[in-house]
This record gives sequence, structure tokens and C-alpha cells, in this order.
Amino acid sequence: MLNELLDAAPFFLRGAGTSLLYTATGAVAALVISFIFGLMSMSPSIWVRGTVRVVVEFFRGTSLVIQLLWIFYVLPELGIRFEPLAAATIALGLNFGAYGAEVVRGAVNAVPKAQWEATVSLGLGKVHRMRRIILPQAIPEMIPPFGNLLIQMLKSSSLLFLIAVTELTYQVNQLRTDIGSLPAFITALIVYFVIAQGLIAFMRLWEKRAAAKVGRRPKPVDVTMQGTMAVPSGGAG
Amino acid sequence: MPSDTATKTDAIIRFDDVVKKFGDKTVLAGMNFSVAPGERVTLIGPSGSGKTTILRLLMTLEKITDGVIWVNGKPLTHEEKNGQLVPASEKYSRERARTIGMVFQQFNLFPNMTVIENVIEAPVSVLGKSKDEARQHALDLLDKVGMKDFADGHPTQLSGGQQQRVAIARACAMGPDVLLLDEVTSALDPELVVDVLNVLRDIAETTDITMLIVTHEMHFARDVSHRVMMFDQGLIVEDGTPEKIFNDPDHERTRTFLRAVLEER
Amino acid sequence: MTWRWDYARDVLPDLLVAFLQFTLGITLAAGVIAVVLGLVLALGRRSDNAWVSRPTFWLIEFIRSTPIPIQLFFVYFGLASAGIRLSALVTGILVLGVHYACYMAEVYRAGIDAIPKGQWEACTALSLSPQRTWRAVILPQVVRRIVPSAGNQIIALFKETPFLIVVGVGEMVYVAQQFGSATFRFTEPLTIAGLIFLAASYPTSVLMRRLEARLAQ
Repeated sequence: MLNELLDAAPFFLRGAGTSLLYTATGAVAALVISFIFGLMSMSPSIWVRGTVRVVVEFFRGTSLVIQLLWIFYVLPELGIRFEPLAAATIALGLNFGAYGAEVVRGAVNAVPKAQWEATVSLGLGKVHRMRRIILPQAIPEMIPPFGNLLIQMLKSSSLLFLIAVTELTYQVNQLRTDIGSLPAFITALIVYFVIAQGLIAFMRLWEKRAAAKVGRRPKPVDVTMQGTMAVPSGGAG
Repeated sequence: MPSDTATKTDAIIRFDDVVKKFGDKTVLAGMNFSVAPGERVTLIGPSGSGKTTILRLLMTLEKITDGVIWVNGKPLTHEEKNGQLVPASEKYSRERARTIGMVFQQFNLFPNMTVIENVIEAPVSVLGKSKDEARQHALDLLDKVGMKDFADGHPTQLSGGQQQRVAIARACAMGPDVLLLDEVTSALDPELVVDVLNVLRDIAETTDITMLIVTHEMHFARDVSHRVMMFDQGLIVEDGTPEKIFNDPDHERTRTFLRAVLEER
Repeated sequence: MTWRWDYARDVLPDLLVAFLQFTLGITLAAGVIAVVLGLVLALGRRSDNAWVSRPTFWLIEFIRSTPIPIQLFFVYFGLASAGIRLSALVTGILVLGVHYACYMAEVYRAGIDAIPKGQWEACTALSLSPQRTWRAVILPQVVRRIVPSAGNQIIALFKETPFLIVVGVGEMVYVAQQFGSATFRFTEPLTIAGLIFLAASYPTSVLMRRLEARLAQ
């Protein structure tokens, strides 16, 4: 069986690579959207806040599966056709961006009020305040929850075979005939596990460094679920 | 300087060369003393001196590093197997510690139970009493501590002093031979301290429970204790009657400590 | 393209039935597994015996870090090739249940760690047995604390029930897909499916948030 496994290895790796690629593009999109939605949700205008709230609740309240299928099957019927990569990036970006918005909002709110007051007393402008004082302190807080969302996204990339993306899950199904169902799936699980642990380790390192820059001790990155992201105070209980 | 106020067979509590280490830190380095039944002993000394550790070891909240603790003539921390002393199982220690009760600085009432449920929990589930029997006894105890009207109330509705009085009733409901009191008034507003101390004074006068008291309340200690032990750095510095220790201590360390503490009053 | 109301009316009943029967039913069944098994896993992780705690820890990590679709394939196809044949529905309930049990284990763990040390010590002082300590004192307090987090987990579980379409479970999104494939028109079925989802999960989330705010007082 080892021979077959070695033969299958290139396909696996290509699939894994595709999964990582889509996770990466989705992550970048989600990150951007998180900040946009997150900062907008703190706007003084009730219209802006309300709109963002509706959009965020919409994407958090519906399943990623539905969103993916909708973008891939329904939009073409309305005249908009996306390539799998674009469709995946948009779906992942919006879905996880909606959860990420809460993370951004929560982290910014967690910066001690005294910091805001200091910026006012020094006469710093709003943008300057955000960019140089508040966000740098908020960012270390964001890394563990973002890390969790990233792992979630990696797992969600497994769904992309539904919209014709040849990532790892797709490859595994193709390879069942070659190396048998059980070995194929076990190998796939192990590959995902290894990648996830790698991402967790990377996140821990990054958080340590970022926290040190603002003089804080890091919190552990831990694979929890999107449900707990509903509240800024976050975390499982 | 240990003082055996009782022989081996008479003592209700005996520490035999007890050593307690927390990691590298040695808190007790060979502690020896005995307590006679019905004795009221106050343990005083600076924080970290080992007095709270002694209580916690007796209550099996900490595990002994070396030595043996005897309670009622039988070992607490060890089991006798074939004439040898081997470290006790958790179950054995728990059973031996039934005759020891403790009241904590932070009261530690169970927030998911009413006042009376707190008091009857252990008698019912550990001693096997019937609920009615336990309730009756609990109401008597709550009456004694002045909390009978609050029997169906919730700990969260009570002041610190009230909670502590319930905690005392809860500990007494088990009918312990030994009552350990770990700074039981230190977390209370000054006005509430008096009520709790009066309850303890009452217990001291109307029962012959052995009491080991860690406290800063020196007047109370003087009123209630037969004996005061001064601890420092895990050693007994001085051991004598309240009159001796408070009025005319032998050791400089005791003198400086008492001066510092009594100044606060 | 305009919205076809007649088509929408045709698909709505089947979608609703699938939702009530399958989506909600699966959420309930898997939820029960998650809540019960989660506690078992949490206690296992806390065990003093390293032979229990370490494997439990890694089991939880493994299941949490790997995707549900692959886990579904593993149980449905993989075990079948080894002789254990389970229906797609049972597979779905088991996989979701076990997967979320691993998440619940973390919720329980945080709740248990948050119980003040003094509670444990009071139980020791009263000579309560470990079983009694857990049953009468610790668990009741843990349950009270974790209700919001646990609720969020169940909601997350609910939103991942459509994953089960990859092994052909006939829940609402699957039915919507069937309609779409049959009529070559996906707009109405998928949109209605999405709206039903939203109608169910949004009020629940709001309720959960309110509950959390009230318990925080």
C-alpha cells in the first residue's frame, strides 16, 4: 500500500496546496472585510451602524454552505457569473468577515478607556488616534480569535469541492479507488491536522511578538468555534 | 519550642515532625506539637509563617511532605497496614477528617443552594441522616447563630457577616470534634465582625469542641483561648497562655509582632 | 430574471418539512450528543491519570482541527469499506455530535476552571465525596455559567447541518439543491432556504445575547 500512497502523494499535495491557496485568499478578503465592518460598526451614525449590523447578521445567520451554493448557482441565473476562485473568496470573505467584524469591535473596545482619553488630551486627530495608538494595542487582542477563525476557514475550504474547486477533499474522493477509502480519508485527516497545528503554532508565535510590542503577555490560541465569536468578550465561557 | 500539653494517647491532634514544602519552598520544617481535647488554641504570626498551612494540612486541603499527623489517636495522613504507616488514600483521609470542620475566610457557601440546604448537605450525604432530622438540627444551629429567619434565603442575599455565621452553622452541623477557623473575620466589614465573634464565643462557652484559631483579633483570642502559639518562618517561636504571651512574652520576635498588630487597634 | 412566485410556492412546503424534520431534528439529536459527550471529554481531560488525560486532549484537538466533510466521508464511506455500514443520517448526527462535543469540552473546561477554589475546599472541609461534590455543588454552578456559550455552540451546530449534504442527507439545503438540479432553476429554492435559516437563527442569536447580558449581572 505504501507504493500507492507515494503515487498518490503529488495529488494530495496539489490538493493541499489548493486548499491553502483558497484559505489564504479567503483570509485576506475576510481580514479586510472584518476591519471595514468592524470599524463601521463603531460609527457615530446610527444609519451606518444599523446597515452594518444587518449585513453582519445576515452573513452570520445563514450557513456557509448556502452562501457558497447561492453565489455559484443563483447569481449566474441573475446574470452574474463568478469563477470558482472568485466565488470562494467572496463567500469565505463575507462569511468570516462578518464574524471577524465582532472580533475587531471587541478588541478595539477592550483597549482601556484611559488610552482614548490620553489621545484627546494630546489633541490627536481621529485617524491618527486609530492608526497609531488604538489599533496597535487592539491588534494583539485580535490575533487569538482571528487564529481560531483561520482554522475554521481551513476546515471550511473542505466544502469548496461543492463549487468545483479541486482542493484536498476533492482529491481525496478521487483517490479512494487507488488507495482504498479508509487510508485515503485517514491520510486526508492527518494532512489537515498537521496544517492546522502548523497554523496554530504560527499564530502563537505571531501573537507573542505582537503582544511584546505593546508590553503584554499573550493569551493561548485555541481551536474554538465561531459560535463563541458572537460576543466580544468571546471565548468559551 | 514545642510544648506537649498532652501525652500521645490523650492528644486530639498531634503533629509529628511534619514537613511541608511547596515546590522548593519549605514552609514547615519538622513541626511538632499537640493539642488536648477541648483546648482552644490561637495561632498568631506574620503571613507565610506556616500557621494557615497547619490548618490546611489538618483539613487535608494540602498534602503532607513528610512526617505524620495524628487525630484522635489514629493517623490522619497515613494508613496502618501490617504495622507499617503508608501514605493514606484519599478516601481514608476523607473519612478520618470527618471529625474536623473548617470555616474559611471567604465563607465559601454554595451559591446554588439555599441557606438551609447548605447546612444539611453534608449531614445528609455524608452522615446518612434523614432530611427531616438534618433540617431540624440545622434550624437549631441556624437559630444559635441568629440566622434562623434566613433559612430559605440565598447566600447571595446575605451580608458577609451573615454568610459567615451560616458557614459556622454548616461546619457545626457535622458535629466535629475539632473546629478550624482560618481568619474568619478578616474579609468582613468591621461592623460585622462582632456578631461573628460572639457566635464563636458562644460555641466556646457552650461546647467543648477543640478549636484552632488563626486570627488577628487579639481581644477575642485573649477571651476565648487557653493557649496562644506564635509562629514565624515555619517554627513555633513561643507557646503559652494568653496572659503570658500578650502581657509578658519571652521572645523579642513575639514582642515586635504583637506591637505591630496591636497598634492597629 | 424575475422572481417566480408560483415556483416559490411549490418548493416552500417541501423545504419547510425538510427543515423541521431533518435540520431541526439533526440539530437536536447531535446537540444532545454534544452536551453529554462534551462533559465526558472535559472530565477525561481533567483526569489525574495521564493515560486518560493526554489521549483525550489529542483526540479533542484532532477532531476539532479537521473538517467535518472529511469526517463525514470517513465515517460513511471509510467505515463502510471496513464493514461498518451506517445510514447517512446516523453518520451525520454522529459526526456533528462528536465534533461539537469536542467544542463543548472546551466550554465545560472554562466553566469548571471558573469555579472559585473555595467551593472545592468547602466540599473537602465537609467531607463530601467526589461524586457528591460534582453533583451537588460544582456541576450546578458550571451549568449556570456556561448556558450562553453552550447555546452559541448549538447555534453553530445548527448552521453546519447543511454540511451533511455531502453524504446525501435529505435536509433542507439538499432538497433545495434537488429542486434546482431538476428544474435548472436554483434561485427560488436556495433563496428560500437561506431565508428560513435566517428566520431561525437570527432571533435565537438575539435571545442568546440577551441571556448572556442578563447572566453577566
